This record gives sequence, C-alpha cells and structure tokens, in this order.
Amino acid sequence: MTPQVLVDGLMSGALIGLGAIGVTLTYSILGFANFAHGEFISFGAYATLLVASGISALIVGSDQGIGALSISPAVIGASFIAMALTAGLALALDKILFSRLRGKSAAISIVMASFGASMAIRASLEFAFTSRPAYFSRDLEIARPIGFSLRATPDQIALLAVAAALLIGVHLLLTRTQIGRAMRAVSENPALARVAGVDVDATIRFVWAIGGALASASGVMLGLLVQIRPFMGFDLLLPLFAAAILGGIGSAPGAFAGALIIGLGEAITVQLAGSEWRAAFAFLVLIVVLVVRPTGLAGRPT
Amino acid sequence: MTFDLIGPIAYASFFLVLALVNALVCLGLNVQWGQTGLFNVGVVGFVAIGAYASALLTTPPSQGRLGGFALPILVGWLAAMVASGAVSAFVGAVTLRLRADYLAITTFGVAVVVQLVALNAQGLTGGAFGVAFIPRPFDSLASTPALYDLANLALIAIVVVVVYVALERLARSPWGRVLRAIREDERAAMALGKNPVRYRLQAFALGGALMGLAGAIGAHFIGFIAPENYTSSLTFQVWAMLIVGGSGNNLGAIIGAGLVWALWSASGLIIADLVPASFEARAAALRIIAIGVLLATMIVVRPRGLIGEKAMVSRHLDKE
Repeated sequence: MTPQVLVDGLMSGALIGLGAIGVTLTYSILGFANFAHGEFISFGAYATLLVASGISALIVGSDQGIGALSISPAVIGASFIAMALTAGLALALDKILFSRLRGKSAAISIVMASFGASMAIRASLEFAFTSRPAYFSRDLEIARPIGFSLRATPDQIALLAVAAALLIGVHLLLTRTQIGRAMRAVSENPALARVAGVDVDATIRFVWAIGGALASASGVMLGLLVQIRPFMGFDLLLPLFAAAILGGIGSAPGAFAGALIIGLGEAITVQLAGSEWRAAFAFLVLIVVLVVRPTGLAGRPT
Repeated sequence: MTFDLIGPIAYASFFLVLALVNALVCLGLNVQWGQTGLFNVGVVGFVAIGAYASALLTTPPSQGRLGGFALPILVGWLAAMVASGAVSAFVGAVTLRLRADYLAITTFGVAVVVQLVALNAQGLTGGAFGVAFIPRPFDSLASTPALYDLANLALIAIVVVVVYVALERLARSPWGRVLRAIREDERAAMALGKNPVRYRLQAFALGGALMGLAGAIGAHFIGFIAPENYTSSLTFQVWAMLIVGGSGNNLGAIIGAGLVWALWSASGLIIADLVPASFEARAAALRIIAIGVLLATMIVVRPRGLIGEKAMVSRHLDKE
C-alpha cells in the first residue's frame, strides 16, 4: 500500500461528504432517508455539461482549461447555474411529491416515493443523454509531486480546496446564521419551532436548496475527476448513507468526517482488494456502525 | 391447425411462468411490507441469493468455480429459502431495533453487495458470465417447448397456490394478528406482552425466504443466471406490483404481479417491434420512467392499490 491512498481517499471522501451533508440534513429535518439524493448528483453533473456547452458555444475560447487545470471557465460558470437548477429540482420534487405525503402517511411511504423518484430521474437522464459516459474535458491531466512522496493532479488540488471552502461555508451557515439556527430548531422539534416563530416551510425549502446545490457540486467534481454517467449518483448512494449514519444523523461535520473515513477506507480497499470491491467498504462500515454505535460518531442517543 | 396454436401456447405459458415467479417474490414482499410494514429496498438481492445458492448446489461440477454438487432441484429450492432467510434474519437482527429507514438503507446495501459478489467473486458465482447448466425440471420435455413450459407452469402454479394458502392461513392465525397489531400500534401490542422485534424478525426472514425460493425457481426454469438479471429495476418492478395490486392483500400481490408483468412484457414487445434498434436503449429508459411515475402516483393517489387490505374483524361479530 502506498501513501498515495491518502490523496485518492481525501478526494473521494470530499465528494461523498458534499452529498452526505444533504442526506443528513434532509434526514434530520424531514425525517426520511431520501433515495433520490444520488440523482441530484447525476442531475447536477449533466446540467453543468449542458450549460457549459451552451456557454462555450456563445463565448469563444471559454472551453479552454485555466492554467494547468483541465477545468474551463465555461464549466465553472455552468456549475453555479447547475447548482441553482439542482436546487430547483429538489424543490420541485418536494412540491409535487414529498410535501403531499408529509404528515399524512407513514414516514416510510415517503422513503418509497423517493425510491420511485430516484428511478424515474435516473431513467430520464438515461433517456436524454444515453448511458454512454460523457466528459467535461478530453485533456489528459498529469499527476505532479506535491511533497511527502505524494502525487496529485492540479484538478485534484483545486477541487479539494473548493470542497473544503464549501464545507466551511456550510458549517458557518449552520452555526452562525439565523436560518441555520432555524434549521436546527425544526430538526429538534418542528411544532415548538413553529410556535417560536420559525417559518417551518421556508426552512424546509432552504434545506432542499442547500442539499441540491451541494449534491450538484459533488456531481461536477465527480464528473471532472472520473466521468459523467446516469448511474454516477446512484452508485454513490450507499457511501452517502453510510457516511451520514456513521457521522450521526443531523450532524453536518459528522457527515463530512464519516465521508472522509469512508473515502480513505475505499481507497485502501481499492489498493488491497481491487477497485471492483470499492462499494463493499461502505456496506461494511454501515453494518459495523449499526451494530456498535447506531447513533453515529456525533449522534446523541435518542 | 394445432401447429398454429403451439407458438401462442408456448409463449403464454412462458409468460405465465415468469409472472408467477414475480408473484412469489411479491408475496414475500407482502409478508414484509404489506403485513408487517418493513421496507425492503433490496428485494433483488434476496432473490439473487436464492438463485445463486440453488445454482451452486444443483449444477454439475464445473472447473474454476466452487460448488457444482449436482444435488436434486428440490434440495436447491430448500437451500435457497434457507440462504435468503438467513441473510434476511441477519439484516433484521442488525436493523430492526433501530429506525425504520435503517432497514431500508441496509437492504439497499445488501442488493449492492450481492451484485458486487455476483459480478466479481468468479470462484463462487462465475462472475459476469454467470452460472450455466442449471438443471431444469421436466428437462426431458425440452424438445417440445410448449410441453416443457406447460409442465413448468403447472409445477410453479402449485407452488404459488401452496404458498398463497399457507400465507392466508398465517395472516388469520394468532401470529398474523400480532403482526398487524404491531404494525398498527406497536405500544398497544407491547403492552399485551408481544415483543415487536421478534415478530418483525420472523416476518422479515419468512418474506426473504420466499424471495429466495422465487429466485431459485426462476433460475431452474431458465437454466442460466448472470449478474445482469439482478439489477435494481427488478426491486422496483416488484414494488410496483405490490403497490398496484394492493399491499396487505395476498391476492392483490398476485394480481398486481400479473398486471405489471403484462404491461412490462407488452411494452417490451412493442419496443422490440416498432422502435428502431438505435433508439431501443432510450425506449427502455422510458419504460422505467413510466413505472417510476406509476409507483409515485399510486402512493399519492391510491395508496391502497387496486384491491387493498381487507379489514380483519373477528368472525364472531355480525357482518353488516
């Protein structure tokens, strides 16, 4: 095993973490495991691809990578628009599906509805873009030494920085702002939050928007580093859930810590057993957490 | 004239055999979800475990792969039930004392891992090439396909009827009443001294065993299994069958299976006939969108399904 697993593990941990924050927030505030969250990731990647090709058709040269990066200004611009679009998708899904079931039926039938939505969105992406993988850029990136006998591509370094910035931003939002406090209040006790003057519906919409936007960012990163496929988000779903539960449902820093553990563990699994066994590690973590400490790292006993 | 009939009969019985295999999976899911309220998102994983368990025990010895004990088909069926039932019991033991969603997430993980093992553990499952030469019941009739399909249809129909009658009796037994009591009001059931976790575990394992049996029956009918037969769209189809038919109702589970399977097969035929080959993959995606929308719409508009659960009232009360 080489120390290189550290770079690969951190990178996939960051990708999983951005998705897992959305899973853990919707889970704690709306009270259900959203199986469609993986599709937000895929949708964000495809939306970026589509908008970026539009931008590069309008602005000549905007599809060239910046400096040593393969990431172009068109993709950067498009990723912001895609974040808004994915947030819109999450809100629309909530409006036409989840909000109709909320409060009326058992929480588990909302889980089932999200499972149906997941399948439908994924198949729609397959319909629109076929299952052939797509790429943001055909440029080949060379990994360079970055010290401590580690190597990383310029893209990896840039994306790690972006992920870290997004994480710090979300953490500040949750802990230092009024809307963050409202979110924690709703997650704790929706009825009491409403009495205390918190706009519960607006808070729920905000959670969907943040979850969708972060998932979209995760999808763009995955697309830049690997490729874009309709199943890319679905394949990430098990690590997302495992990270959210390992971190303790409702805790954003916990989810990110869980994601880093799973990312590193996956990288080690790939080294030891081969890349085809990558997904097995998340399942192992899931079982161990549920047996040993179901409340997760940061969770409180319920 | 008989010659004209053989084709349609062969196709109809082939179609019905697969519909009944699906009905069996659906009955298993009905025990878990319909009667007990346990959400299984990894149905396909439990079906696959049964199929592979039976295949490994009953196939002739094969080079480069474990198993191949050439045991009788019936032993394979039983082993399939035991294997899927045992994995279900394990999953249940880990998750049933926790939140309901954790069971869903874990069963989803089971399906992912089973797919991984089927695809990559070549020494056990044959990898992407799958397992061939699975013995088929009535194989001596295989030279006349219509007869072969009819004989199998009769065999599987008997299995489904036996399972149906057994499940109906179970639902009316004290055990079935406890299950519904727990589903409706866990605390009241606990106050009467019933242990919800134990009953749920039993129901989950029973449902899983039926899915395993269905997997084995399907594998022995076709004679060949491969990982690509066990993807998440199967889980999804079975859910659609149960929700459309009416969860909680065993007859509804069977009717839903037949109906959704008919829609699925008919749309497959239409796509193969009318859609140009270059567009086929996209048309297949459209089918899945349609089922997804159907499922979500049923949950919102008619959660009871076509024939919902019968209200179970004591037979000592007057029917009015």
